[in-house]
Amino acid sequence: LRPVIFYVPPEESPLERRLREARQEAQACNQRFWARQNCAFHQEKEEFIYSRLKAKGLEMRDETGQKATLNAEEMADFYKDFLSKNFRKHMQYNRDWYKRNFAITFLMGQVALARALRWLRWKKKNV
Amino acid sequence: GLFIWHLKSTGIRHVPCQFVHLCHVANDRLITFQYFTFLKRMYVTQYNKDLSQRAKPKSDSVASPFREFQQLDQEKKVIKIRPISPVHQPLSETTRGNELRETKSAAETEEAVTPVRAESKEDRQWKEMKLRLDDLPGILARLSKIKLTALVVSTASAGFAMAPVPFDLTCFLLASLGTGLASCAANSINQFFEVPFDSNMNRTKNRPLVRGQISPLLAVCFAASCGVPGIALLTLGVNPLTGALGAFNIFLYTCCYTPMKRMSIANTWVGAVVGAIPPVMGWTAATGSLDAGALLLGGILYSWQFPHFNALSWNLREDYSRGGYCMMSVTHPGLCRRVALRHCLALIGLSTLAPVLDITTWTFPVVSLPLNLYISYLGFRFYRDADRSSSRKLFFCSLWHLPMLLLVMFTCKKSFLEKEDKGDLLGGNHGRAMEIRLP
Repeated sequence: LRPVIFYVPPEESPLERRLREARQEAQACNQRFWARQNCAFHQEKEEFIYSRLKAKGLEMRDETGQKATLNAEEMADFYKDFLSKNFRKHMQYNRDWYKRNFAITFLMGQVALARALRWLRWKKKNV
Repeated sequence: GLFIWHLKSTGIRHVPCQFVHLCHVANDRLITFQYFTFLKRMYVTQYNKDLSQRAKPKSDSVASPFREFQQLDQEKKVIKIRPISPVHQPLSETTRGNELRETKSAAETEEAVTPVRAESKEDRQWKEMKLRLDDLPGILARLSKIKLTALVVSTASAGFAMAPVPFDLTCFLLASLGTGLASCAANSINQFFEVPFDSNMNRTKNRPLVRGQISPLLAVCFAASCGVPGIALLTLGVNPLTGALGAFNIFLYTCCYTPMKRMSIANTWVGAVVGAIPPVMGWTAATGSLDAGALLLGGILYSWQFPHFNALSWNLREDYSRGGYCMMSVTHPGLCRRVALRHCLALIGLSTLAPVLDITTWTFPVVSLPLNLYISYLGFRFYRDADRSSSRKLFFCSLWHLPMLLLVMFTCKKSFLEKEDKGDLLGGNHGRAMEIRLP
């Protein structure tokens, strides 16, 4: 995920502040979730490979020093397992993300509208 | 390689660096100066674009009245940025910045531009993220998955061409345009929904919304500005049935398929229907009704989707599993391969059905047999071997198999005149050309 620094304009309206905070929060939330997921995935994958290799009687690294890997079939078991274990977490995250996404986009719309009106008023004043 | 890098960088980013000072950029004075002039140019164009809230590039002449205003401000504020498209600053090196400036190609290639990067922290700079007007077409093209849209439009045109009516150019063009716009809208909404998931997967992490090149609001506005005219064009310019199908397809794709991807493996079947509808739309655009022919064409595309998608998803199992996508290839690998093979064989059956329904001559199943047998063979290899190479072979074969099949179908199309004669013989009435149905 790409971190974003949101510029704070000096005359930020409360609406704009809400938008900015919502976006920052969503970003932080996303970052946390995915970082944790990815780390967990990576870790569990390592553990899985290790346990499977051990069951086969092999070491993590073979004679040439290369990291031993399992073939796709065996990894498939792991992927299936990981997916089903995290299903509920993902459902929760989905709901959360959809809500946030809509809220942020709606706020953006409001901000855009407010800004457009402001510009129109400025235009009228200066014309 | 890429995955590991991605993981490492995710780990690094975990450090709360959201409020890192912009001092990185300011270090080099020369860069700063260029940076500011760059910003000035950016500010003007951005200001322009925001006011119109339209995704159309504006000519530079309109920019001049605002330049004075902006210059005054620049003394007061160091960096004046329009927060509507806030400062998005991706962690990337300068190559990314060049990419932004020189993004021209509308191609949605697997951007191998992000190869294994020498990831040192000093390389990463905070980059000003501004929406350039000349970047916009490229960005929107990627947002609407223009290549996929082009394929969808071509299947719709195939549906139109196969319909047993005299060819009407205006209708054809309107139908193609409408379908294309509807597809753009659907793809944009899909990307809008899937931002954090896309950013997590290697294949999709360079999409415009993920990179922050445009804001979600713009994506939605673009989708609306494509979808509404597209469907209107179909409903009013072609016929209501086609418009309804188009709207239904957008709904199915964005509101059913996209959420379902994360909920159940049944999403593949829904996605296959989504892919099958465009040729049906083409047919109904030509004839105005849903005939057996339309359904057959839809059926062919429906069956085709399975070897195509299952083969693609086979190699992405790791990313899907990590990202939380429920795909057959991850949870039910055996089913995945069986279904792919089953539908390859179904293609043979459907091709044989075509002359029975009087859409093509009997040459069609004969000529298409080698094609279908080849893809079935690859499907069988995929079923048996279930490895990376067989899935890739099947996927790439599916890419050229479909156009070839449609082309052969078109060349074997039963001539309209022939059917007219047949109609005569059977004592059917002619009436208007558009009303002639299959006997």
